[in-house]
Amino acid sequence: MSQTQTLWWASESFWKKMAIWITAASAVVLIFLTFDTVAKITAGGKRVPAYSVINHRIDYVFDEKRNHQVPVIGPVEPLFGKVLSEAEAKDLVSKGKLTTQAKNCMNCHTLLGNGAYFAPDLTKSWLDPAWGSKEVREQLMVDFLMDPSDKLHNALGRRMPKLGITEEEARATVAFLKWMSAIDTNGFPANFKPIDQADAAPETAPPPVESAPVPAL
Amino acid sequence: MAALGILDSANLNGGQKLAVKYFTVAIALFAAQVLFGLLAGLQYLYPDFLYGVLDFSVNRMLHINAMVVWLLFGFIGAVYWLLEDESGVPVVGLALGNLIFWVFTLAVVAVVLVYLLVQVGPGELKSIWLINEGREYIEAPRWADIGIVVCVLVFFYNVAATFMKGRFTGIGGVLVLDLVALAGLYTAGMWYTPNISMDQHWWWWVIHLWVEATWEVLVGCLLAYGLIKTMGVRRKIVETWLYIEVALLFGSGILGLGHHYFWIGTPEYWLAIGGFFSALEPIPLVAMVVHAVFDAGHHKLKSTNNPALAWMIAQAFGNFFGAGVWGFMHTLPQINLYTHGTQWTASHGHLAFFGAYATIVIAFVYLAVQKWRGNVWMSGELVGGWKWKWALFLLHVGMLGMTMALLVAGYEQSQIERAIEGSGWMGYFAGQAHPWFQQGMVWRMISGWTFAAGFVLLAWDLMTIGKRESRPARSVEMREAPAMA
Repeated sequence: MSQTQTLWWASESFWKKMAIWITAASAVVLIFLTFDTVAKITAGGKRVPAYSVINHRIDYVFDEKRNHQVPVIGPVEPLFGKVLSEAEAKDLVSKGKLTTQAKNCMNCHTLLGNGAYFAPDLTKSWLDPAWGSKEVREQLMVDFLMDPSDKLHNALGRRMPKLGITEEEARATVAFLKWMSAIDTNGFPANFKPIDQADAAPETAPPPVESAPVPAL
Repeated sequence: MAALGILDSANLNGGQKLAVKYFTVAIALFAAQVLFGLLAGLQYLYPDFLYGVLDFSVNRMLHINAMVVWLLFGFIGAVYWLLEDESGVPVVGLALGNLIFWVFTLAVVAVVLVYLLVQVGPGELKSIWLINEGREYIEAPRWADIGIVVCVLVFFYNVAATFMKGRFTGIGGVLVLDLVALAGLYTAGMWYTPNISMDQHWWWWVIHLWVEATWEVLVGCLLAYGLIKTMGVRRKIVETWLYIEVALLFGSGILGLGHHYFWIGTPEYWLAIGGFFSALEPIPLVAMVVHAVFDAGHHKLKSTNNPALAWMIAQAFGNFFGAGVWGFMHTLPQINLYTHGTQWTASHGHLAFFGAYATIVIAFVYLAVQKWRGNVWMSGELVGGWKWKWALFLLHVGMLGMTMALLVAGYEQSQIERAIEGSGWMGYFAGQAHPWFQQGMVWRMISGWTFAAGFVLLAWDLMTIGKRESRPARSVEMREAPAMA
């Protein structure tokens, strides 16, 4: 490094220009992609469904072509037995989302895999087999949200606290969770085994007695 | 000029007087971060500990928010610290800057009190405005968001106006442009939507483009200044490296944003874009290590301030390993599918935030106490010099211990919960109950206590270092004055 003449590729002015051009180019590409992404994740699209999807059965099925599971919207299966309009569904999901924020769910749970790791991921909580059967799931979720403190959780002793969630908020939260389970997350979580939602054949016996009345986590 | 070894604000210029206020609050919040981290860690081992009083969610929120804010306070302090020195003129609008410091500090106190005492609200917009936004890292209620933007704008005015009035060095130019991006990005996270995919999409604009882009460039500026100050590294070299770092950091980090867009509903092209660019993200961090270590070796480790230099070298390595290596380990979508939302992320988060950011703020606080005491000797054979070395050692042992323990837990989760059990709740608890996970939590706790001991020693050292020193600081040869850009 005895030479006094700085090589062009090691010079300050070269890298200053590079810094400006690379930053500007990256930002332009990001902005371009952002327009496309925002359009594709607006509710009502293929990846992020309309809020009224909560009127339907939502499943999570392996897709041969994409080689991972994808949400599949099934027949009409309204939440709490009531078919909602798109506007009503949006209001309900929004109330649920506000509840998850106001109750700070994300600092124990993950949603879409983001949050804290003290409690299970909620991305597919609507489809979790731990609820026992699809018939009792809605009410179990509402009861659990309103007062989890005395419910069975797990062998670790880790429990969700009672957060003062009202019945209205609990129902809205369930709506939000059901809607979230319909988002196309590119196969996350992988290998997930959803709750059995097949229509029971008329002669099929009721669910086995050992299925716990509360989520047997 | 007061006697050597005595804390006297007459030793500081206007910007520096303000800087030490920011540093004081930063270290207090650092203490809060450690405290709430310990409480949250204990709750993994004793789930009934403080149940219903200070639940995990509250402790964890305070742990992380205290960190974000103490680092921000540290950065703002560090910029005020170098501002008059770099620009060659007194800070423009310093009175306003001082006022904003108090506003900012009181707002932080108010937010923390609400977190502690109110904790949660009803599921309405007013909870988000007044109590808690419930969005990891940026939980601060909306009123505080607006306050933060106002404070940062005043800070930006101080910095930009001072450089414009004085000289615009390379460091100054990069700093001002970086602060524009930093302040602007925060507003991307300040609105409500019921659509969680949209919410997280913009939320990452704040989190990622702060932490993996604008914050990195900011610490690049701080490191550049620190190397000039402690060792007399030639400005031309430092600033050339700074431009290289900016090119590489923004070139990889801006589109590296895509690694947060794998699983939140965003389109599939992000798998390729995010994977590719985030795999490049370690490269600038290698450049920073080479730069810092080469300069330190070139100057034979002769510095005006050994603790500050040691923390800057720690920054170079911590940034590379914590942000670079630990980030890269789980950034490709093929592995991230199994690691996303596990303790793997916590392992990376701990080492990255400590390595990249806590270290450089600590280095600047050492620069500050040195001058505050009348520019005392802080090179070799320092009176009571064992304290800073032991603090550095214990903090690193504690941090590496936590990182490794969480990594083991994360591996175990990826395997048991995700790959074998299929990611359901049963799988989650099977993973959490596994001895490997449980042992990880025990070792994290032991390491957490080690870290806390290191922090106590650090705080003690910062209050006392140089106190009984009567020698003036070693002078290093400053080879050139800052050039006009």
